Amino acid sequence: MNPGDLKVVNKSAVKIDALSLALGRPSYVADLKPADALWVKMLWSPHAHARIVSIDTRAAERMPGVKAVLHHGNVPRVAHCTAGQGYPEPSPYDTFMFDTKVRYVGDRVAAVAAETREQAEAAVKAIRVEYELLKPVFSADEALAEGAPVIHDEPDLSIPIPVPYEPGRNLVAHLDMEVGSLARGLAEADFRFDRTFETHYASHTPLETYVSLAQIDARGRIVITTSTQVPFHCRRIVAQCLQIPVQRIRVVKPRIGGGFGCKQEMLLEDVVALLALRTGRPVFWELTREEHFRTGRTRHPIRIRLRMGVKRDGRITAFGMEATSNTGAYGGHGLTVIGCCGSKVLPLYRADNVAFEGKVAYTNLPVCGAYRGFGATQAFFAVESLMDEMAEVLGMDPVAFRKLNHIRSGEGSPVFEALGEGKKGVPMTIGSCALDACIEAGARAIGWERRTPWREKSGRYRRGLGMCCLMQGSSIPEVDMGGASIKMNEDGSFNLLVGATDLGTGSDTVLAQIAAEAIGTTLDKMIVHSSDTDMTPFDVGAYASSTTYLSGEAARKAGEKVRRQILEVASGMLDVPVEDLDAAEGVVASRDGRHRLPFSEIALHSLYLKDQRQIMDTASHITHKSPPPFAAHFAEVEVDTWTGAVKVLDYVAAVDCGTAINPALAEGQTEGGVLNGISYALTEEYLFNPKGRMTNANLTDYHIMSMRDKPPIRVILVPSYEATGPYGAKSVSEICINGGMPAIANAIANATGARLRATPFTPEKVWRAIQETSKIR
Amino acid sequence: MKPLHEIRFTLNGEPREFLVSPDDKLLEVLRREGLTGAKHGCGTGSCGACTVILDGRAVYACLLYAFQAEGRSVETIEGIGGFDHPHPIQKALVEGGAVQCGFCTPGMVLSAKALLAGNPHPSDEELKVHMDGNLCRCTGYEKIEAALRRVIAAGGAR
Repeated sequence: MNPGDLKVVNKSAVKIDALSLALGRPSYVADLKPADALWVKMLWSPHAHARIVSIDTRAAERMPGVKAVLHHGNVPRVAHCTAGQGYPEPSPYDTFMFDTKVRYVGDRVAAVAAETREQAEAAVKAIRVEYELLKPVFSADEALAEGAPVIHDEPDLSIPIPVPYEPGRNLVAHLDMEVGSLARGLAEADFRFDRTFETHYASHTPLETYVSLAQIDARGRIVITTSTQVPFHCRRIVAQCLQIPVQRIRVVKPRIGGGFGCKQEMLLEDVVALLALRTGRPVFWELTREEHFRTGRTRHPIRIRLRMGVKRDGRITAFGMEATSNTGAYGGHGLTVIGCCGSKVLPLYRADNVAFEGKVAYTNLPVCGAYRGFGATQAFFAVESLMDEMAEVLGMDPVAFRKLNHIRSGEGSPVFEALGEGKKGVPMTIGSCALDACIEAGARAIGWERRTPWREKSGRYRRGLGMCCLMQGSSIPEVDMGGASIKMNEDGSFNLLVGATDLGTGSDTVLAQIAAEAIGTTLDKMIVHSSDTDMTPFDVGAYASSTTYLSGEAARKAGEKVRRQILEVASGMLDVPVEDLDAAEGVVASRDGRHRLPFSEIALHSLYLKDQRQIMDTASHITHKSPPPFAAHFAEVEVDTWTGAVKVLDYVAAVDCGTAINPALAEGQTEGGVLNGISYALTEEYLFNPKGRMTNANLTDYHIMSMRDKPPIRVILVPSYEATGPYGAKSVSEICINGGMPAIANAIANATGARLRATPFTPEKVWRAIQETSKIR
Repeated sequence: MKPLHEIRFTLNGEPREFLVSPDDKLLEVLRREGLTGAKHGCGTGSCGACTVILDGRAVYACLLYAFQAEGRSVETIEGIGGFDHPHPIQKALVEGGAVQCGFCTPGMVLSAKALLAGNPHPSDEELKVHMDGNLCRCTGYEKIEAALRRVIAAGGAR
């Protein structure tokens, strides 16, 4: 379809839920809490590694208002994985609802349900626990060392698919691939580089913390209303944990206050569901911000060693990456995140000799999970920093060096096939790629021609320009599935039922635009109901940048089928062959212009008058590709060389996401992801005391950027057309977060010569790096 | 049970009575009354999702005790606009693509409303300083800031 013919898609329609949210209408889980709901409070482990010798809840159970107490002695013991992923998961079943061992500060010990929050809090304090303290380990190196304390020594853990997993060595996953020969590629190179980069623990920090509500309905089923990115996986995992049929559980996701990956997890739902079953009462559990920091999911800290070789003419001959991640106490996203360090990053640059090794370690720190960018964020910091360093050694402009080496339309990468999620990947040839156009548009916008070498700069405040190139994917090929159903109502409106999960991203709107385009109606006729396991078709949920590309195609296919049915009914009404009819903007018209039928008349006819039928259809979709969106980010910074303080003055993100289904929403995704990336690069960091306890678990000491902190963020949507996506679309939501660290690191290097290889770029780290640089100046 | 006391304050223009305990936060009392537009985001006055207007000033309802509202006037998101007549700030945010997950939006609206009531034409810097206490994790603030600038350029808000 010619983009010019699009009526609903590629338009910046207002998000369908925006007004109700701006009005403050009750929309989120906590807004829907019944007055008689019991409150849950959890006793969290104060220790990083300990065995529970005994637990005495008798006093707590007798306290006023207390209705139930859960602990390892009175719940089913079922090994499971809390990560919401395809089934069977590529991740160990290493978690129990409650266990006899605690593995990080913030692990579950016992839960109380009481009439009021205060009563639940008081009862938690009355639980007596005797711990046998075990030696904790906090770094991947310590954990993987010979003789390290074993974090998962329970006999009944398991791994559902055959992948390397050695809990006895704290090894959660091990990936290895080589195409060509890294050694040969390095030998052929004129310049060889061996550099190591380190990234840090961080929090997604959605404004809404984790929150869940369970109610027993009139027929004894459990209805879980929850802030989740994965309602269907959540239903499956709760059924597994409680040992009850999936049929007994309904999971509903209302509006949620952001996710960014941390809610790709079953974290509260098993507890509220079991407490609701045990008490027969509605049960409500909302984490405090402190609890969210301590027990919620985080971004993996990853050490990345790069070995690269390059010819004098700028061609890369060897590209080797060794990634070692600390996944914390449980391994739900260990393998998949480390895999994406390679699979979403290495293909960006052509090299005949490519090698990747990934190792994932358990430690006694908070659990790492899925976080927007998903390993690519960490690996792009390393790769894009080294690309600049190599360009400097070659005497090439960083932009020219990247343009010489980046992947293009029609090219493949052996990495796509070599690295999948717990199995082989899927071979892929790049369809759409407008990276050159992104680079050019971004360079123009930031004023790249102003860039001068760092050695020419002096004075206390020095400015620098930096850039980076990025890619990601769009869904997990041959794993992810999304479904959509569409039903026509008698006034010509449509119910669009999708399993896809809108986290505030606007996917309900985007999918409605796609469906409306396919049906031939307008956006205002679409009534969207999403993420309700009783009412909507299956969808894997909101992760892996899949919703627009994957669920969007399901919505398009369902829309096409419904359009066909509408034309069939109209054909009977008008006695005109279907082939001579067309539908657009809610009207069927004959191509000769002689007949016009509004959808409302067709719907009324089909429901009440003749050969009555419900016009409705459903479609599902899987993909055989994961087409990467591409982006070029540019940052200008000012560094105070006396203090090491870095100020981002300007930031440009040019992105090729294929057709932007809703350009304003695509820009909004990018602006938000970019600022999260900048904030992660400069200010956000988990700080731990020597016992593994986070010391800044609040929004004052863990600083996410405000309107006052942010630089101007300019987004340029560079169009391309991805033939396998709905109306040419690819993903947009994750790629944008990957640029902050490398673009800023490169800008700091251009300002001062200081090369930051560990994040975040705090004034102290920057100042120290500047001191090192002045020694060689 | 904790002792309950009767307090009075004006809520969205209506004089009201509430039974509260001494340690009830204003946010809890409002939410208990079904006014759930003010959100619980941090409980420490850091995120601004709980913002309400107290005697014309934007305040954190998660920090204030309900008692501190006694005899005063409280304005919440429920009192300033409806589907048919959204407040100009709400309209600007909605049309400007500035609402993503929406959890911060009521607080943003009320913060901006309080600012513009006292200073209809704030400078860019004044706007940013005032809005510093309202965090958003979805938007990067670009579209929020642009929408508020449009409201200001159009002559401010009531």
